This record gives sequence, structure tokens and C-alpha cells, in this order.
Amino acid sequence: MKYKNTVFATAALSLFAGLALAEEMTIVSWGGAYSKSQLKAYHEPYTANTGVTIINDESAGTAVPKLRAMKEAGNLTWDVVDVEAGPAMQLCDEGLAMEIDHDFMLADAPDGTLASVDFGDFIVSECFIPQIVYSYTVGYRNDMVGSTPPTSICAIFDTETYPGKRSLKKGALSNMEWALLCDGVAKADIYPTLETAAGQDQALAKLDTIKDDVIWWSAGADTPQLLADGEVVMGSTFNGRLFALIEEQNQPVSMLWDGQIYDLDGWIIPTGLSPERQARALHYVRFATDTQRLADQSRWISYGPTRASSALLVDKHAELGIDMAPHMPTDPANSKNTFLMNYAFWADYKDDIESKFQAWLAQ
Amino acid sequence: MSYTDDNGPMMTVDGKPLKRSLAIALRRQKIRALLLISPLLIFVLITFLFPIASMLFRSVENDIVSEILPKTVVALSDWDAQSGELPGEIVYSAFAGDIQRAAKAKDHTRVGLRLNYEKSGMASLFKKTARKAKKWDLEADTPFKNKLIETHKGWADIAVWQTLKTHSSRYTSGYFLNSIDMRKTVSGPEFQPEDRQILVTLFKRTLIISLVITISCILLGYPVAWLLANLPMRQANLLMILVLLPFWTSLLVRTSAWKVMLQQQGVINDLLVALGMIEETGRLALINNQLGTVIAMTHILLPFMILPMYSVMQSIPPTYLRAAKSLGATNWTAFWRVYFPQSVPGIGAGSILVFILSIGYYITPEIVGGNKGVFISNRIAYHIFQSMNWGLAAALGTILLVAVLTLYWAYDKIVGIDNVKLGG
Repeated sequence: MKYKNTVFATAALSLFAGLALAEEMTIVSWGGAYSKSQLKAYHEPYTANTGVTIINDESAGTAVPKLRAMKEAGNLTWDVVDVEAGPAMQLCDEGLAMEIDHDFMLADAPDGTLASVDFGDFIVSECFIPQIVYSYTVGYRNDMVGSTPPTSICAIFDTETYPGKRSLKKGALSNMEWALLCDGVAKADIYPTLETAAGQDQALAKLDTIKDDVIWWSAGADTPQLLADGEVVMGSTFNGRLFALIEEQNQPVSMLWDGQIYDLDGWIIPTGLSPERQARALHYVRFATDTQRLADQSRWISYGPTRASSALLVDKHAELGIDMAPHMPTDPANSKNTFLMNYAFWADYKDDIESKFQAWLAQ
Repeated sequence: MSYTDDNGPMMTVDGKPLKRSLAIALRRQKIRALLLISPLLIFVLITFLFPIASMLFRSVENDIVSEILPKTVVALSDWDAQSGELPGEIVYSAFAGDIQRAAKAKDHTRVGLRLNYEKSGMASLFKKTARKAKKWDLEADTPFKNKLIETHKGWADIAVWQTLKTHSSRYTSGYFLNSIDMRKTVSGPEFQPEDRQILVTLFKRTLIISLVITISCILLGYPVAWLLANLPMRQANLLMILVLLPFWTSLLVRTSAWKVMLQQQGVINDLLVALGMIEETGRLALINNQLGTVIAMTHILLPFMILPMYSVMQSIPPTYLRAAKSLGATNWTAFWRVYFPQSVPGIGAGSILVFILSIGYYITPEIVGGNKGVFISNRIAYHIFQSMNWGLAAALGTILLVAVLTLYWAYDKIVGIDNVKLGG
């Protein structure tokens, strides 16, 4: 395998060297603190090594429909796309993401462990190149919750104890699970319940109880902004964004580590790239997902690296100097009551439930 | 340089009839003029008219089902959808072949997504079925009726087959029915179930809010335009810059600024609390609702109202007002009977501009409108960017276009388009 790797790397590099200088590639991601961590850990060293200019597109939130539209229009403008596990499976199913031979195309761990072993179960689809583990969780304003700060995720639905607006994702994912969880459905039954029309209606009925109290967000940076302005008493977002808000910007906000939805994020490479662009995309991904790079990213944002070999290297924040491990969603103290997202379920049901959710929202 | 022959037509020096010669010269001129504007003409044709036409065509086009499931569509044509019985083995085995091929070509999600617009649950049904269909042996695994129902109980649901049959024609009126909250069924058009009826409400809301915005623009813009037209040049120029300033600022910046101004912890609420006009706990909800949309869009569209009004008012001779007053009219009568009627063409032009711009507005309602303040255009954007239901988006767009043209026509009938002036 070592030999194969070398051959592949040489081939990729030579293809690469044949390309004109001052190249560009478009990488799609989520913006904000997350894009910054990728810029620092991956893009800057990559550009320094190769001279390739990286254009950061922040539309990862609509990656699936946009890639579908690009296929429809026959105009592919993206080279590498950062998506969650569910959408990656969806794109793989639809032939919009290229299949990856993880051991062949990705770097081994420093001790020679194969990539597929190092990533382990995080490789949830043959198109998915895992990057981080993160959580959807809830942050709240310390000064707006009175003397009883929330300890349960169901505080979202408790407008009596915690009056005021709350910000939730403008989408089905995460909201439907929490709605059922707080409507008394057992954790293990949530996805089977959501498969049925009656279960979907039950979740929407629960969300109906707070519909007028919700500001719906579509960009990852929205909830941190709304919390900082005091516009909402609590709001859902990614745990790394809340980390940035609390630790870097010192806002009077706390994070709830209860019922947080545990998900993966990683890269996919769209199908239909020209051979040169594909080689470059693969070259980038090989660099950006090696052990050191994944560990480097966790020095900028509190998302856990998906490589076992990188987890050992998680250290202190690059600027603040605080220990990063206690802020990771994988830390035992934080994961007492987590909710594991069922990627396969969402890959199958996203289109059904999302259209129902959006129709409900528009009413 | 021509001479007249007594018996023939007028001739030019080179012996050709003058009439023909003139016609040739005129045609040359026309061709030259056409050549001069041809870059623009071609540009408009390629970048504007052609895309619009092709987008409008999508509102009736419906070839996904018959392209991806050709054999099933043929087999279904013999099935009586209203018989209350499931189709026979022939349909099931045709479908098994189709779905296997689609799964291998990774096309099955497209047809699942298409049918999911009509019946919730179709997308996952196709996905789950296709995953298993890849491994079927079309010769040995018969009968497929049992096999498919075993794979997913959805295939034992007559409604699934009815949906498939109803939406298998190459051209469809389904998208237009959908856009007025109806749907195509085996027994003809029907209203959508209540929880899917949203588009008519959105159309109504779009028209009403646009009307409110237009009226607020008239009320706010008229005095400003009057001042502009009547102040001495120096002050008028300064005021003009203030009116134009928003034009030179990015739309997004202006909209985001309103967010800062209007939110509950925003400038206006803070000010009102500081002045003691409202309680700390009773802060006003000025954004993420219809009020937010009206305020922000009135501000953004105001110059489109003021400028036509101003140019019309500038052309009203001040002597008329003076004449009216010297004949004994009060200030009000002079304004209402003499000045105002002459400024109506400006109001008409401004109103058409503002109203038409606002019913197609998208970005401002999206940012400040919350849930209740969004327009039909936001729904169109949702169907283009997220649900990928381009057919419905095209149908909604067509209806919007027709609505604008109808309004324009009605305006022409009632007020007369000659009465619209953008200047002088």
C-alpha cells in the first residue's frame, strides 16, 4: 500500500506540476469561525506549498440543491465541497460526488496505519472524506434566563420559564429530532417515528407551540450574532460557533451540553471535474486530511478531528492558549446525554421531510 | 439633379426611378441603424429573452417520469387508475426493470424528487427501493408484485401508482394547478390538502404589502418631490443628493442597517425606552414581520417614487398657482384644483415603478420579513435553490409576469399610459 500511495502521490504531483502556475480552486464551506479554522489549518499552508489560490465559497448549506442545479445546467464551478455526512450520502447516491478509495487517495497516519483504519467508522459513505465531529447544540444568554439556567434541551420549548425569542435552524434537520425528544418520544424511537407521516406531523405540532417565538436562521453565524445582540434568549447552532462566541469574544453566553445532535462533517469531490481539476482536488484533500492538518484545525475551533491519530495531537488553542480537549463534543464530560444523528435516515428522508417542513414554515 | 420625363416616372441622374432609388437609400439607412443596435439586440436576445422563454417552458414540461421509467409508463396506460385495484404484474415487472436501470445510472432520485412534489414520501420510497433493486435478477426474481411490496409497503398503496400515472405525461398542467394550491389527480383537478395550501395566501400577501409600500412611498415622497421642485437651486441640489444617496449604497448594506435599527435591542427601541415612551419589557417588534418588510422596502424604493414626481413637478409652471391665487383661490384650493392634477402623471409613473419593483422583490423580505413578511418571490427562490422544483417556480414566475402585464394593461385603460411621465 505504501508503494501504491507513493505512485499515486507522484502521479498526482506530476499532473499537478504540469498545470499552469497561479492556479485557482473553489472550495465550498460554511463561513465564519469554521472557515477561518480551515483557512489557518489547511488553505494557508497549502497555498504556501503549491501556489494555488483558494477561493472560499460559503454556500455549503445549500450544497445538495446547488450541485443538482450545476449538473442540470452542465456548469460545475466547485472543486471541493464541505458537507455533513447525510448530504454526502445523498450526493453519493445521486452520482454527484465521486467515489473515494480512502487508502489509496488519502495519507496514512504517521505510524503507517491505513487511512480507512485511522478514520474507522467515520467513513460513512464511499464518497465521504471525514474531517470533523461536531454537534448541533444550544447556547443561552446568562443574563436572560434568570436564576435557573436551563439544563435540558427541552428548554427550547419551555416558553413559560424562558420567555423571549429563540433562534432555530431554518430546516428540518435537528429541529424534528428535538421536537420529538421533548414530546416524550424515546431516543431509540425517534427515527422510526419520523419515518411515518403521523410522526412527522407530531414533530411539527410540537414546533407549532413555539412557532411565533422563533427566529429562523440559515447561516451558521446568525445565532451567535443574535445571542451577542441579546435578540434571542437561546438559539441552536454548531458547538464551535458557540465556543468562538464564549471564549474568543467573551460574550455572556453559555453552552448547553444536553441532547446535542452529534454529526460529522467532511469533504466530497463533485463528479464531472476535468482530469486536471480532479487531480488538484484530490491533491488538496490528501493534504488537508492528513494527521497533522486535522489536528491543526482543532487548535482554531472546538471540533474533534476524525482521525484517531489526530485526536492524540489535540492541544491548546492557537491564540488563546486554553486547552481544547474539554471543549470538544467528544469529551466525556460533554457527551453524557448526546443524540447520534442517523445520517442514513436523513439521506433517504431529507427531501420528504424538508419539503413538508418548509411548507409548514410558510404557513 | 433629376429631370422629369413627361411620359415616365421621375428618374435620378443614373437613370433609375427616383422612387426605387429612395427606397434603396432608406433601406440602407435602416440596415445601418439595425447593425448599430445589433450588439444590444443580440445581447438582450441571448441573455434575457431566451432564458426567460426557456424558463417559462419548464412550467409545462414534464419528461422526467416518462424518460426514466419508459416501460412503466407504457404498461400503466392500460391500467384503470380509478378501478380501486392495484396494477397487475405486468406493470410491476416493467417497473422493476426501469428502476434497476435508473438505480445503476443513479437517476432514480430525480424521478423520486419529481414525484415527491406531488405526494410526500415518494423520494424516500424511490431511494429505498432503488438500493435493493440493484441486486435483483430480472429473470429469476419474478413475480415482482410481491417482491416490490416486500421491499417497501408503499408499492401496495394505490395512491402511489395513481401519482405515477397522473404525472407521466410529457406536458402537464400540474405545475400551474400547484401554484394556485390545487393538484392534478386521477379524477381531475382538486384542492391541495389544507397543510399544503400556501401559495394563494402568498400571492395575496405580496399584492397587499406591495400596495401598502406604494401608498407609503406616495405619502412620504410627495412632499419631498414638491420641496425639490420648489426650493432654490442650491438647497434643492443638496436635497437631491440626500435622495440619491441610498442609490449609491449597496442594497444589502441598507437592508442590514435596518436590521440594526429595528431589532428589539436596536437603535429605535433603545431610543424609545430611553425616552420613557415604552417599557423595557414592552419593546416593539419592528422586524421579522410584515412591518419590517414595509419599512425597509419603502425606504429602498422611495427614490423610484420621488424622481418621476420631481421631474413632472418641475415642469409645472409656477405661474398657474399664482394665477389661481390672484383669482381668489385659497392655498388649499389652488393646490388641490390646480397643482395636484398636473402632478398626477408623476404619481402614476412612480407608482407603477414602485409597485412592479416591489412585487418581484426578494432579498429585503428574506432578510427582514421573518416568516409572515415574505413574498411569493421568496417561495420562487426556495423552489429554485432548495427544493429544485423548477417547474413550479417557472409556473409561479409566469403567473407573476402575467399579473404585472395585466396590471399595466388595467392602468393603461383606467389612467391612460399617455398620462405617465418620467420627465418634462
